Amino acid sequence: MDALEIARWQFGITTVYHFMMVPLTIGLGLVVAVIQTAWHRTGNPAYLRMTKFWGKLFLINFIMGVATGIVQEFQFGMAWSEYSRFVGDVFGAPLALEALLAFFVESTFLGLWIFGWKQLKPAIHLACLWIAVIGSVFSAYFIIVANSWMQHPVGVEMVDGRPVMTDAWAVFTNNTALVAVPHTLFGALAVAGGFLLGIAWYHLWRRRHDGVDTVGADGKVIAGEAPDIPGRDRDDHKVWLRSLRIGAVVAMISFAGTAITGDLQGKLMFEQQPMKMAAAEAACHDGTGFSVLSVGNLGSQSCDDIVALIEVPGILSYLAKGDFTTEVQGVNSLLPQYQEAYGTHLPDNPIYGERAGQEIDYLPVMEVTYWGFRMMIGFGGLAALAALVSLWLTRKGTVPESPWLMRLAVFGILAPFGANAAGWIFTEMGRQPFVVAPNPDPNGIDQVFMFTAAAVSPGVTAGELLASMVALTSVYAILLVVEVKLLVKYIRGGVVSAMPELVHAPVDENEDATPGSGGSGGAKPADDVLAFAY
Amino acid sequence: MELLPTIWFIAIAVLWTGYLFLEGFDLGVGMLMKLFARNNTDRRVLLSTIGPVWDGNEVWLLTAGGATFAAFPLWYASLFSALYLPLLVVLVALIFRAVAFEYRGKVDNDQWRARWDWAIALGSFFAAFGVGAALALTTTGLPLNANGDREGGPLAWFSGYAVLGGLAVAGFSLVHALAFLALKTDGEVRRRARRWFVRLLPVLLLPIAGWALSIQVLDGKPWTWALVLLAVAAAAAAWNLARRAAEGKAFLALGAFLVLGTASIFGAVFPVVLPSTLDSAFDLTISNASSSDYTLGLMSVVAAFGLPLVIAYQAWTYWVFRRRVSAAHIPEAHSFLPAIAAKAFTAKG
Repeated sequence: MDALEIARWQFGITTVYHFMMVPLTIGLGLVVAVIQTAWHRTGNPAYLRMTKFWGKLFLINFIMGVATGIVQEFQFGMAWSEYSRFVGDVFGAPLALEALLAFFVESTFLGLWIFGWKQLKPAIHLACLWIAVIGSVFSAYFIIVANSWMQHPVGVEMVDGRPVMTDAWAVFTNNTALVAVPHTLFGALAVAGGFLLGIAWYHLWRRRHDGVDTVGADGKVIAGEAPDIPGRDRDDHKVWLRSLRIGAVVAMISFAGTAITGDLQGKLMFEQQPMKMAAAEAACHDGTGFSVLSVGNLGSQSCDDIVALIEVPGILSYLAKGDFTTEVQGVNSLLPQYQEAYGTHLPDNPIYGERAGQEIDYLPVMEVTYWGFRMMIGFGGLAALAALVSLWLTRKGTVPESPWLMRLAVFGILAPFGANAAGWIFTEMGRQPFVVAPNPDPNGIDQVFMFTAAAVSPGVTAGELLASMVALTSVYAILLVVEVKLLVKYIRGGVVSAMPELVHAPVDENEDATPGSGGSGGAKPADDVLAFAY
Repeated sequence: MELLPTIWFIAIAVLWTGYLFLEGFDLGVGMLMKLFARNNTDRRVLLSTIGPVWDGNEVWLLTAGGATFAAFPLWYASLFSALYLPLLVVLVALIFRAVAFEYRGKVDNDQWRARWDWAIALGSFFAAFGVGAALALTTTGLPLNANGDREGGPLAWFSGYAVLGGLAVAGFSLVHALAFLALKTDGEVRRRARRWFVRLLPVLLLPIAGWALSIQVLDGKPWTWALVLLAVAAAAAAWNLARRAAEGKAFLALGAFLVLGTASIFGAVFPVVLPSTLDSAFDLTISNASSSDYTLGLMSVVAAFGLPLVIAYQAWTYWVFRRRVSAAHIPEAHSFLPAIAAKAFTAKG
């Protein structure tokens, strides 16, 4: 592998990994904020327990998103310096604004939320969580604005061979971003929904399995208590049942949301990057049918090898144009258009390194685009269907006794993660061979594009890139094991894992926050301990 | 002289100063986990002083990086790619450190805690050292060619200034952390932190003084020399105030030292943002490395209201958590068993 290939693998690995943590952070953050609001308004102790438990898992995951996010910002400059030079005038701004306007908010107010249970008044404490969560949503917006400019450059003109921003409004309201943001947010909520559903199912199953909960003659649950286990009381049953239902509803709503926004996004992509969508379909010839199953050697990158086995007529046209008859251009018609517009060979310029003068392959890796597209939709749909079935199966207040269904629910947590990852891999690899895809709008700015082959840092050696890829991948692998182990430990611990007060001597919940007593020194009474300390 | 690039040069200097001021003490507290803390309670006291704020502090680094990308893309591209390996070390250090803060207390086990303590201490040291090396090298220069790319292979960036800058930020962070602990803790830790501060300040500030002075010798102007003198006076004041147990004032005086010191360094190198050691014709300056006036103008408008807002709510955070922490405030470790222990359950609905 040469420097470019290693740099691409590194970017792919670190970004997909980062985006395991991010959707759970955004989605679970929103859910916890809603639950804490419910507690604040009703005073129902079950909601407090849910806030504490899901909040704890949220934090275990949040920190991994933070830690891996720094790599993202640094690696543009480290590994992709030519890219950074080319796009800096327009691409740097959303990144800087993300840090200044969103990430500061998120980090600072989350710190207030974690440590401020006693110091802050309840309403302000709750507001801190909302502000942090809204910060994470804005963070997603700014990052997607940056990404969307790579998908669909707008608001710039070329000056001395570099795009220079002339219309910030166009950049920040890029239609590509405006549909990708809700699509991503619904994707994040889908992850949170599956997470709640799977874990709550596990606990309900366990309560039943251990004989804490039983089922009456009418099939309805009879919630019980296990007095010798802290936290395994009747409220505990409410915690899990309510979490399960919230999770299922969130999962279904978010699937509907991803479907609607995804449809809009698809229609835009057929205009903005027709080759990506043709590759998503492995559609070699112009047509109207959506391929349910295509066989042949997608990897050969040759249209002669691909046969669509099952095709639904009209659906492709609907996805692309909103009717059932318009022909959608296939790879064979698009290739000559791309070659005519952007050249058949890479220019003889040293920034392309060994690739200077090589023939350009405008067709993305079809195995990835075709299956990535289908995995995104398939995993998303499966998760939503499972959520619907779960609501039905739990209508009488608990889950079935079957251990297999429980295992399915727990493993189902992975499906929305898979859908998210597949969607991003599809859209980023579908953009190749461009790192900045050209904007084909005839009124647009057609000459603003960049081949990925020109983007890598010319001064950085393949050895350095390999060292960093190995180092980061190993660190990430170790930390993934640690994170999952910790999550499992806290999940198995149940609510009490996040609420020491359920097992230790009860701390007065209503103790007044009296932050004015600082500086007096000396020993404090025992009940003056911090609400939370590392 | 261009107005907007100058403003953004100052803005980036402010962001780096803010980063060193804020993350300085939490990096130092991290190193002190191994150097200063004597037992687990001490360590938890140390962590509790920075617990609510360290993540917000670290965003200053991301903002400094992002602002450099947006305002001076050529500076960002050349600096980050030339320093590929040292920045990789910084990244790995920051990853372990961040995760360690959050995970250290999540399992009640001595070996678990000891491992994460090392992650915090080493992560903090290498992050401080690496950032210091990078900042020093952007003031003293890197072997860049006409395109701004590094010549000479993966280690061509190395020079004595990298070591000096690394020690400068690591040393400053330690002193700053001792001042912070004296201000934020109570009891034995507070007294010991103040004692250490008085004893170690003269030694630990030597590298940062050495960096500031060598920059003055290379590029100094009369007003930046004056800043260095003021900085030395501020450090002396901090030392004296700490001896008289005025912990708050000592912390502020040390902060003034940092602000004056970084101002003297950035002021001296202005308008060059990254010199080339191969040929001064390849130097990156505020004119040839900056973004367009349109982009800088947009960023200026946003930063003009965004940055004061950040400072305001971060200041509020420090106000909320202003109480001194002592061993008596530390809750006992929370150990729990799975809720699913296999016992016979008697009570049923």
